[in-house]
Amino acid sequence: MATLWSRLNDVAGLVATPLVPSHYLAILNPLWATHTLEGRVEQTRDETNDTRTLTLRPGRNWRRHLPGQHVRVGVAIDGRRVVRTYSISSSPDRDDGKITITVKAKGPASTFLARNVSPGQYVSLSRPEGDFVLSEAPRQLFVTAGSGITPVMSMLRTFELRGSMPDVAHVHYAPTDRDVIFGDELRRITDRYPAYKLSVIQTRERGHFNPGHLPADWEARRFFACGPEALLEQLPPGATIERYHAKRAAIPRDARGGKVHLRMSGLEVGADAQTPLLVVAERAGVAAAHGCRMGICHTCDVTMQSGCVRDLRTGELVTEPGTRIQPCVCAAAGDVALDL
Amino acid sequence: MNERAIEELGKELDAIEAEVKASLGERDRRYITRLIRIQRGLALTGRAVIFASLPLVSSGAPFFCVLASGAVMLGIAKILENMEIGHNVLHGQWDWMNDPEINSRVWEWDNVCPSDQWKHSHNVVHHTWTNVIGKDRDVGYDVLRVTDAQPWKPAYLFQPIYNFVLMLFFEWGVAFHDIEVDRPLSKSKHLLRGIAKKATRQAVKDYVLWPALAGPFFFWVLAANVIANLIRNVWAYTIIFCGHFPEGVHLFTEKDVEGETRARFRVRQIMGSCNIEGGRLFHLMSGNLSHQIEHHLFPDLPSNRYPEIAPRVRALCARYGVPYNTGSLLRQFGTTTLKIWRLSFPSPRRPAIV
Repeated sequence: MATLWSRLNDVAGLVATPLVPSHYLAILNPLWATHTLEGRVEQTRDETNDTRTLTLRPGRNWRRHLPGQHVRVGVAIDGRRVVRTYSISSSPDRDDGKITITVKAKGPASTFLARNVSPGQYVSLSRPEGDFVLSEAPRQLFVTAGSGITPVMSMLRTFELRGSMPDVAHVHYAPTDRDVIFGDELRRITDRYPAYKLSVIQTRERGHFNPGHLPADWEARRFFACGPEALLEQLPPGATIERYHAKRAAIPRDARGGKVHLRMSGLEVGADAQTPLLVVAERAGVAAAHGCRMGICHTCDVTMQSGCVRDLRTGELVTEPGTRIQPCVCAAAGDVALDL
Repeated sequence: MNERAIEELGKELDAIEAEVKASLGERDRRYITRLIRIQRGLALTGRAVIFASLPLVSSGAPFFCVLASGAVMLGIAKILENMEIGHNVLHGQWDWMNDPEINSRVWEWDNVCPSDQWKHSHNVVHHTWTNVIGKDRDVGYDVLRVTDAQPWKPAYLFQPIYNFVLMLFFEWGVAFHDIEVDRPLSKSKHLLRGIAKKATRQAVKDYVLWPALAGPFFFWVLAANVIANLIRNVWAYTIIFCGHFPEGVHLFTEKDVEGETRARFRVRQIMGSCNIEGGRLFHLMSGNLSHQIEHHLFPDLPSNRYPEIAPRVRALCARYGVPYNTGSLLRQFGTTTLKIWRLSFPSPRRPAIV
C-alpha cells in the first residue's frame, strides 16, 4: 500500500516536473519546503560581548535533534553561500519547536551570523548531526571551554526540562567570569539542582587545563569534553572521552603543491602548484569526466571536501570545504581532498 | 591582425573577465534568486489563469481572451526558465554562489532535452568548436545548409520547409541535437533513453496531467499548454538562430584553429557570434543571448553582467579592428532566413572565410 501511495505521489508530483511541488510552496513560505531546509531567525540575544544566540524556527523538513548534536548553517555573504557547523544549544524538549544556536563572532561566517543577521531573515540548515549526544549515565563530567559549552547547554536544559538532574560535575574555562556564555542560567541551575556542580576556571588568572581541575572521581564518570583542539589534546590520555571540536584547513602563505586525496578512487598522490588537478588525477589513472580543459564548460567540476586549491587563471585561493572547483584550471595549494 | 595585437586583445579581455568576477556579489545573487521566484510565480499564475477561463467556456470571446492570456503567461515563464535561467545556470554562471540548487551540476530545465546532454552538446562541443565547419554541430545543426562551405545536396531544396518545422518543434530539435544521424544507433542508445525519460515526464505534465485536472475541459487546457510550448519554441528559435547565422558571420576550418592560443580562440568567438540590439526587457527575454558575443567570450560570467560588458568589448573590437556583428532583430533574423532560403539552392562552394 505504501508503495502504491508513494507511486501516486510521484505521479502527482509530475505536475511540477522538472521541479517538485515543494519548489512552488517555497515561494509562498520557505519553511513549507520539503526539498530543502531553511530556518527563519525569530530572535537574537547577545550572551557576551562577542557571542549571540539566534533563535530559529526550522522548516517542515526538520527532524528533532538529540541534545548535543550540531547543525550546519548556511548564509550568503557577498552572494556566496558559506556553511558552518554550530552546536544546538536548546533542548529538543522545548515545546515551541524552535532551536537556538550560539555563535561567537570569529571568522567571516560566524561574525556575519553574530552581527548581521536579524529576525525575519532565513538561513539554510542541515538536519541535526553528530554523536556527541546526551547520556543517561548517573554520573557525568563535562569539560568545556569558551563556546564549547553550547552542546552541553542543550544537555543541561534537557535535564532541567525533564526535572531530573544526574550527578554532573562541570568544569568550564573562560577568560573571565564575564565571558561565561549562559552564565546567569548556569548559576540558576546550580542553585536549583545540588546534583549539578559547576566550577568556572578563569583562564586569565588561573591558566588553562590541568588534571587537578577534574573531580577526584573523574574516572567513574561519563566524560564529555568540548572546546578547542588545544584543550582536548591536554585531557588525560587513555580515558574514554566523548570529544567534539571543529576543524578548518589553514591557508598556505605561498604557492606550493601538496598531497591530493582522490576520495572516490581511494588514491593519494603528490601534486605541484602548477599542474591542473585534472591532469594530476588522470596521471594517477583516474578517468575523470572532462570537456574543454580550459575552464569554460564545467564538465569536470568536482567537490573539494577539504584543503585548498589555486585557480590558475586568477591566482585566487579556494579554501571553503564543499566548494565545487574546476580541476582543469585549479592546482593544489597545500593538501586537498577531492570527490574524484 | 598580427599575433601581438591578438595577444594584447586577449589580455584586455582577461582583465574584463577578472574584474567582473571579482565584483560578483549580493546584487547578482539577488538578481537570479528574484528572477527564479518571479518565473515560478508567473508559471503558476499562467496555469491558474488557464483554469480560471474554464467557467467562461460558453462565453465566446472573453473565454478565449482569458485562456490565451494564461497560455501567453505560461509561454513567457517557459522562455524565462529556458533562456535567462536554465541556459545560463547550466553554463555554471551561478556556480560561484555555492548554492546547492542554482548550480550547473544539479539544474534540470523545463525542456525535453536532458540537462546533462545539453551540457555536452552545447557547453563542450559548441562553445569549444564555435563555427568550425565539421566540428561545431551547431553549424546548421546537421540538417541545414547555412554556409556556401557546406556542399549542396538535393535534400537542401526542402530546407525552407523543415526549417519552419524546426522552429515549431524547436525544443525537440534541441533534445535530439546530440544524436548524430550518421552514427550507428547502438552508440546513441543511452542518449535516446535519457531523452525518452525526460521527454515523457515533460509531455505527461503539459499534455496529460494538467489537462486531466480540468476534467471535461481536457482539450482546452491541452490546447493552452501546446500554445505555451509553441510560443517558447518559436521565440527560442528566433533568438538562437540570430546567434551564429546572420549575414557577415565568420566560419572557420579545422586548419584555422590548429594550435590556437587562448587569445585567438577568443577572436574566433567574437567573429563567429552575432548580437541583437534591443531594450532591457528584450535582453531579459532573450536570456541575454542578444549579447551572444559577450556570452561566447565569457560563457560562465553571469548573464546579468553582459549588458555592462558589451560596450567595453565593442570598443575593444573597434580599436583592434575585429568585426563586431550586431543589428536589429529584423536585420539579424531577416538575413538568417534569407540565407537559409538562398542556400537551399546549389551555390558555388566557397572555402570558409577567416
